[in-house]
Amino acid sequence: MGEFQVHRVRFFAYVPAGIRCLAHSARSDRLALARTDGALELYNFAANYFQEKGIPGHETRSIEALCWAAGDRLFGAGLSGDISEYDLEKLRVKYSLDGFGGPIWSLAADAHGTQLAVGCEDGSVKLFQILPDKIQFERSLDRQKGRILSLSWHPSGTRIAVGSIDLLRVFDVRSGHSIQRILVDRCLQGPQSRECVVWSVAFLSDGTIVSADSAGKVQFWDSEKGTLLETHPVSSSAVLSLAVCETEDSIVVGTSEGAVYQFQLLPLKWGSAESQWVRTKPFQHHTHDVRAVAHSATALISGGLDAQLVIRPLMEKVHGKSYDAALRKFTYPHRRLVSCAKKARLLLFQFPQHLELWKLGATSATGKDGDVLPVSRAPEHLLQLKSKGPEHICCSCVSPCGSWVAYSTASRFHLHRVRYENDRVSIKRVAAMPKLQGSAHQLLCSADSSRLLVASDQGSVHILELLEPGGCRHLQTLRPNSESMEAVYLLAVSADGDWLAAAGGDWAINIYSLRHFKPHCTVPAYNCAVTALAIHPVTNNLVIAHSDQQVFEFSIPSREYTAWSRKVQQHGLHRGWLERDTPITHITFNPKEPAHILLHDTHMFCILDKSLPLPDAATSLMNQITLKQLSEKARRGHVHAFKICKKYRPLLFMELLDEGSLVVVERPVMDIKTQLPPPVQQKKFGT
Amino acid sequence: MVAQEALRVVRCGGSKLSGTRAAFSADAKSLFCASGDYVKVYSTATEECVHILQGHTNLVTGIQLNPQNHMQLYSCSLDGTIKLWDFTDGILIKTFVVGYKLFAFYTLAGSEDSVFIIIPKRNEEASDSFQLVSVKLPKIPDQEVEAKELSLILDDIGQSPKCTAFGREGEYVASVCGLHLLVYFFKKKKIHRFPLSATSSKGANNYFTCVACHPKEDCIASGHKDGKIRLWRNFNHKREYTFSTLHWHHDVVMDLAFSVEGTSLLSGGVESVLVQWRDGSDCKKEFLPRLGSTIEHIAASPNGTFFCTSHTDNKITIIHSNLRVSAIIQGLVKGTDVKTGLVVDPRTKALVLNGKPGHLQFYCLQTDKQLYNLDIVQQEYIHQIGLNQVDLVKAAFSARGSWLATVEQREDKETELELQMKLWSYDEQTQSFTLNTRINMPHESHVTALCFRDTDELEDVTPTLVTAGKDGRFKVWVLVNDSDAEKQSMGWSCDFVGSYHNYPANNCCFSEDGSLLAVSFEETVTVWDSDTWDLKCTFCHPPGRIRNLCFGRLSCSKYLLGTTSNGFLCCWNLLSCALFVFKPNEPRPLCIQRNICRGRVQWAVFIPREVPESVGSENHKWLSRSQLYFLTQTQDLMTFSTKSTEERLTPSSKQLAIEESLPVTPFYLLLGKHRNQQQSKENADLGTAVVPSHLAQHSPAIKELLHTPAHVLPSASFLCSIFINSLLIPKENKSAGEVADEVEMDSEKAEDESDEDIEVTEMEPDINPTEILGEITPKLSKSQEKELRKIRRMDYSWIAAL
Repeated sequence: MGEFQVHRVRFFAYVPAGIRCLAHSARSDRLALARTDGALELYNFAANYFQEKGIPGHETRSIEALCWAAGDRLFGAGLSGDISEYDLEKLRVKYSLDGFGGPIWSLAADAHGTQLAVGCEDGSVKLFQILPDKIQFERSLDRQKGRILSLSWHPSGTRIAVGSIDLLRVFDVRSGHSIQRILVDRCLQGPQSRECVVWSVAFLSDGTIVSADSAGKVQFWDSEKGTLLETHPVSSSAVLSLAVCETEDSIVVGTSEGAVYQFQLLPLKWGSAESQWVRTKPFQHHTHDVRAVAHSATALISGGLDAQLVIRPLMEKVHGKSYDAALRKFTYPHRRLVSCAKKARLLLFQFPQHLELWKLGATSATGKDGDVLPVSRAPEHLLQLKSKGPEHICCSCVSPCGSWVAYSTASRFHLHRVRYENDRVSIKRVAAMPKLQGSAHQLLCSADSSRLLVASDQGSVHILELLEPGGCRHLQTLRPNSESMEAVYLLAVSADGDWLAAAGGDWAINIYSLRHFKPHCTVPAYNCAVTALAIHPVTNNLVIAHSDQQVFEFSIPSREYTAWSRKVQQHGLHRGWLERDTPITHITFNPKEPAHILLHDTHMFCILDKSLPLPDAATSLMNQITLKQLSEKARRGHVHAFKICKKYRPLLFMELLDEGSLVVVERPVMDIKTQLPPPVQQKKFGT
Repeated sequence: MVAQEALRVVRCGGSKLSGTRAAFSADAKSLFCASGDYVKVYSTATEECVHILQGHTNLVTGIQLNPQNHMQLYSCSLDGTIKLWDFTDGILIKTFVVGYKLFAFYTLAGSEDSVFIIIPKRNEEASDSFQLVSVKLPKIPDQEVEAKELSLILDDIGQSPKCTAFGREGEYVASVCGLHLLVYFFKKKKIHRFPLSATSSKGANNYFTCVACHPKEDCIASGHKDGKIRLWRNFNHKREYTFSTLHWHHDVVMDLAFSVEGTSLLSGGVESVLVQWRDGSDCKKEFLPRLGSTIEHIAASPNGTFFCTSHTDNKITIIHSNLRVSAIIQGLVKGTDVKTGLVVDPRTKALVLNGKPGHLQFYCLQTDKQLYNLDIVQQEYIHQIGLNQVDLVKAAFSARGSWLATVEQREDKETELELQMKLWSYDEQTQSFTLNTRINMPHESHVTALCFRDTDELEDVTPTLVTAGKDGRFKVWVLVNDSDAEKQSMGWSCDFVGSYHNYPANNCCFSEDGSLLAVSFEETVTVWDSDTWDLKCTFCHPPGRIRNLCFGRLSCSKYLLGTTSNGFLCCWNLLSCALFVFKPNEPRPLCIQRNICRGRVQWAVFIPREVPESVGSENHKWLSRSQLYFLTQTQDLMTFSTKSTEERLTPSSKQLAIEESLPVTPFYLLLGKHRNQQQSKENADLGTAVVPSHLAQHSPAIKELLHTPAHVLPSASFLCSIFINSLLIPKENKSAGEVADEVEMDSEKAEDESDEDIEVTEMEPDINPTEILGEITPKLSKSQEKELRKIRRMDYSWIAAL
C-alpha cells in the first residue's frame, strides 16, 4: 500500500448546524432540508442519497417550514416573516414576499399545488396563489388568537387543520371560517399550567386529524364531530414532528428525546374494515430533538438538532435484502470544506461565517509503521478571517503557495493576499475586484497559483489571473457548448495548467483547454451525480467518482475512457465498494506512483492501484489486515487494486502533501456531541 | 383388598404444581393443575383440594377444559394417553391412547373431534425436535380408545406448551422456537416464518421464550429472553408484518397470557411481578409485585374473574382481575438443595425441611399442603446469579418440639466461613417458634451434626444440645437461667467442649434415655456419659468413615448403630461392647425394595402414623406404626405403601364436593320448587315438623342424582325408585344418617357395575325402601309389595313426561 507520514488533523472545530425542517418530494424523489442556520440542502434519493445542491445560510433568514409545490418548486418561510421561493438552478433565493403576519411558523401547499397556506404568529392563516413565476396573496382566513404553529390541508383542498397553543382548529377554505375548535389536553403528568403546543398536525383524507403536541401525545381526532378517537402517549417530553405517508397507512413522529416512532394503520382482523392505529417501531438514532420528519414511500426520514439526517428504509417496502434496505446516517456535508496549500503546508478551514488558516505541525522523529511520532513543531493557527454581512460562506480556497485566500458568499466574492514575514502573518484584501456575472459556487487555484477558477451559474467558469503584489484580472469566462442552466459545483485543473474539468448540476462534465480558453470536449453523459473530479498530473487523465460509487478514468488528450476504465466497467466493481454509503469527496494522486489514485469518503480512504487486478466477488474488499499476516509470497496471490484504510474516520479531507506525507482531517462525532446542549434527561434502567 | 399386600413406592404428594399452566373451570370456581401424575382440582374460593384425578402413569403435561362440554377436562401425559375427566366427581370418562409421549395439549372450540398435541419427532426420548400434530379423537363409546389418526401441522417447534398458541377462532397457530416465529394458517394451509436476529448492537437477546394469541384480534404476543414482549400484527403478509415492543422485564419473560376479551396482556418473569399491559400500550401498565418467586405460568379464567400464576417455589397464586391476590395454593417448596434433610416436627408431625431460601417449611404430609414457613435467616433474599447467600444447613427439634436448633452458614471462596446457630423456643400463644438465642460461630468450622437430648419427660433436667463440628470438637449447650432482678430470661450457653485426638467430629447421637452420648470422629465412635461428660469407651473398627450414627430404641436401646462410608452397617452392643457388622445384603434385612426411584435417595425419615395401621403381612410390620418417606434427587417426596392407590388416597374429598359449583339446571330448579312447595305445605300443616323437608334436601340419593353428570348416571329406571323413595316421608328420622350412608354405598356399587345385570338392579330397589321406611315395610305382604312396585312404574312415566 505504501507508507506515509500522516498528519492527523483534529483541530477543525466544525459543528454542523441542526436540522430544522424536511420536505420530501415524491415526484422528483428529492429531499429538501433546512438547517437552523438557514442553509438549505437538496438530497437526491435516486442518486444514492447524494447531497446534490446546497444554498448557504443567511444570518437573518431562518427557515421554519419548507414545502414543495407545483412540481419541483420549493418554497420556504421563516421567522423573518418572508415567504421565499428558491432557485434550484442558480442556488439562491429567487424572490421573497412579506406575509404581513409576523413570523411564519408553518407553510403548506394544497394537493393540486395551486395554493399555499401560511400560519403566522398573529394567529392568521393566509392563502397565497401559486402563479407560474411568483406567488400572490389571495386572502386571509378568519384570524384567531394564538400563533399558528402547524397546519395541514385536507387532500381535497376544502379544509385546513391548524395547530395552535392548547387547541386545534379546522377552517373551511371557501368561507374562511373556523368550523371546528378542538381543545387539546394540557398534560398527561406534571403541572397542568404548562401549555400544550400542537407542534404538528396532519389531515387525512377520511377526515381524521392527527396531532402531535408538547405533552408527548399523538392524538387522532374526528374533524367532523371534533371528538377524540385515539390517544397514544409517546414521550414524557414533547412530540415535535409528524409526517404521513402518501397512502395514509403509516405515520412517523419525532420526539424531543431523539426517538422516532412509526404508527401503522392495521386491521384488527383480516378482511374486516375495522382498523386501528398501532405504534409499531421505535427508532433511537438521534440524541437530541427530532425537529423534522418526512415519510417517503419506502423510508422514514428524520432530522434532528444533533445535525444528523437519518434515512431508515422500511424493510417491508424495500424488496430483497439489498443495499436499499440499509440505514443511512448523514452528519457531514458531501462537500469539501477544507482546502490545502500543498507547498506551504497550510490548511484552510471553511466555517459558515469565517475561515481559519492553519500551518501544519512538523516532526523531526522517524519511526516504524504504526508509531505515533512526537510533534516537534505544533500546528499553528495563522489567521481567522471573518466574513462581513449576514450571508454565509459558500466556498473558499487557498492557493498552493499559500499566499492567496479566496472565498465567496452568495452575492460577493473576496480575495486576500497573505504574506508571511518571519513569524508574522499579514493579510490584505484585494480591493479592485472585477465584476463577475453570477455567484461563485466553487473556487480553485491552478497548481502554479497564477490563476483562480470560479465556478458560476449556467455552467460557466470564470478565470481570474492573480497578479503580484495584490491584484487580479478577469481573463476569460468559459461556457459549455450546449446551453446549460445548472450551476457548476466541481472543478478540477491539471497540474500543467492546460486543462480544466467542470461538473455541473446537470451532471455533465465539460473539459476546457486553458491554453486556448475554449471547450475541449465533454465526457460522455452518465446518469448519476458527480461527487469528485481530479486530473492526473502525469497522464492528464480525468478521474471521476459518481454518487453510485462508480469510478471512471477519462483520457483528456484522446477524448475517451481509458482502457483501464473500460476494464473496470466490464469487470464490475466489488459489491463491498458499491455498497458504501457515503460518496467519494476528494481524489488526489501520488506523482511518484502514477498508477495510484487516492480517494476518500467519510469512512475510509483508499489507494486504487491500477496495476493490480481488480477484486472478484469472492475476495473480501477490505483485506489489508489479513494481507499483513500473510507471507510475502502468499500475499502476492491475494492483493487487489483496492487498498483501503479505515483507521481515520470520520474523514473530512485527505491530501498528499509531497511523496511520503499525507494530511488527514478528522472530525470525531463525539467532539460534535460535546458542542451540543445536553439532551433531555432520560432514566436509564440499571443506572 | 387384603390380597394386595405388595409393597409399593408411592409418590406421596409434594409434586410440582407449577409444571404446566393451570386451568380454570368455566365458572372459575375450580382450578385444575397438574401435579406429578395427577391432576388436582382445587376450589378457588377455599384453596382446598377437592379432587385428585388419578390414572396417568407418567407426568401430566397438559390440561384443558373440553370446549364442547365445560364440565369435562382433558389431560395429557408423557405416558402417551389423553384422558377425559368429569372433574366435578373426579371420574375418568375416557382414555385415548396416542402412543407418543405427549408434551403439550391444545383444544379448539371450532374443531369438534380433533385436538392438538406436541410429540417428539421420532418418538424418541432424546429427540430434540418436536412436532405439532392434530389427533382425531374417535367417537367410540369405549372406555379406552386408540387415537392413531395423526396429521402433522408444524415441524421443528419448541417442546414447551408455552411456545405454541392458537389464534382467534382457531384461524391460525403460532409457535416460537429459537429465533423464529412460525404461523400456520389453517384455512390457507400456509406457513409464515418470521425470523429475528440473535442479538443487536444494544445487547438485545431476541430468543423467543413464549407466545400468546389475542382472542379477538389478529395479534400475537411473544416473550423474549431479554425481557421484551413483541406484539406482532399483520402477520398474514409475508413482508408487511410489523411488531411493536413492550419492555419492562429486565430478564426472561417466562409466560404471557391475554385476558379473555384481549384488552389486557399479562406477563411475568424472574422479577416475581405480574405486569398487566392494557390495550397493548407501553404506557398503560399495572403491576402486582412481591409474588414471592419467579412466575412460570400465567392462566386466565374463561369468565374473566381470575388470573393465576404458577411459581417456581411450587405455589399457585390466584389473582382477582383487579390485581389483588385472592388465594394461594402452596405445595412443597422445592428448588434449593435440601441441606437440612428431612426432619419431623414432633408437635405437628409435619415434615420440616428447607423451603424458600433461608426458610424452614413445615409441610403436612396428610393434606399435601404447606403449613407454614419459618424465616430463619431473616435477611432479604436477593435474586442474582452468582451471589452467595446465607444458607440454612441444619435443623433439629427437641423431643417434644419445644426447642428448635438451626444452623446457617455462608461460604464464599474469598471470605471466611460465616456460621450462626439459632435456638428457637416454641411459643404456645403465637403457636410458632420465637428466637431465643443466637450464637455466632458455634464451631471454628462447619457444623456436621446437632442433636437434642430427649429429656422432656424428666422435667428437672435442663434441655441439652450437642453440636459436632469439623474443627474436631463437639460442644454441649445447655439452657441457662440468667435472669436478672428485673427481667427473666433464659438463654443457651456452652457447657462442655470435647474432642478426640482432634479428629473432625462427624455425628452425634443421644441414647433414648439421654444417659449416653455417642460422637463419631472419622472412623472412631466415642461414647460419653452425659452427666459427667466422661469418655466411657471408644469403638474403633476400621471398616470406614462413620457416616451415620443412631442408638436403638425401646427394647433395643442397648445397641448403637452406625453406617460407614464403604457400605457396612455396624451394630455395637453397649453392654458387652461387642460389635456386629452387617453387610446390607447378608443378614436378611426385613425388606428390600429395589429400583425405587431414578437417581439417589437423598434423605429419608420415618414419620409416625397418627393411627397405627393394621398391616396384614408379617413382612411389612415395620410399616404399621410409622411410614418411611424419602426424598429423591429430583426432589420428589416418596413413600412406601401396601395399600392400593384408590384406597390410600382417602376419598374424603368426595364429601367436599361443593354444592355451589353445580350449575343450576332446569331439573334442579323444578325439584327445588317442588321441595319449597312441600316445605311450605309441611310448615303450614304441621307447624313444628321441619324434619321431612330436611330429609329431602339431604337425601344422598337426590344428591347423587343431582351431582352426577347425566352420562354417567345409571339407567333412569333404576334411579327412579331411589328418587321416589327419597321423596317419601319416613315416619322416623333418627336413622337417616346411617341409612344415607348405606344408600350412597349402594348406589356407588351400582354405578360400578352399571346396568349390566338387570337382576341385581331389580333387587336393590327392593332393599332400599325397606331400610328407609324402617319399621313399616316388614309388615307389608308380597301382594302389597307388588302394588307398590306398580305405583313406582307409574311414577316413572310421570317423570319421563317432565
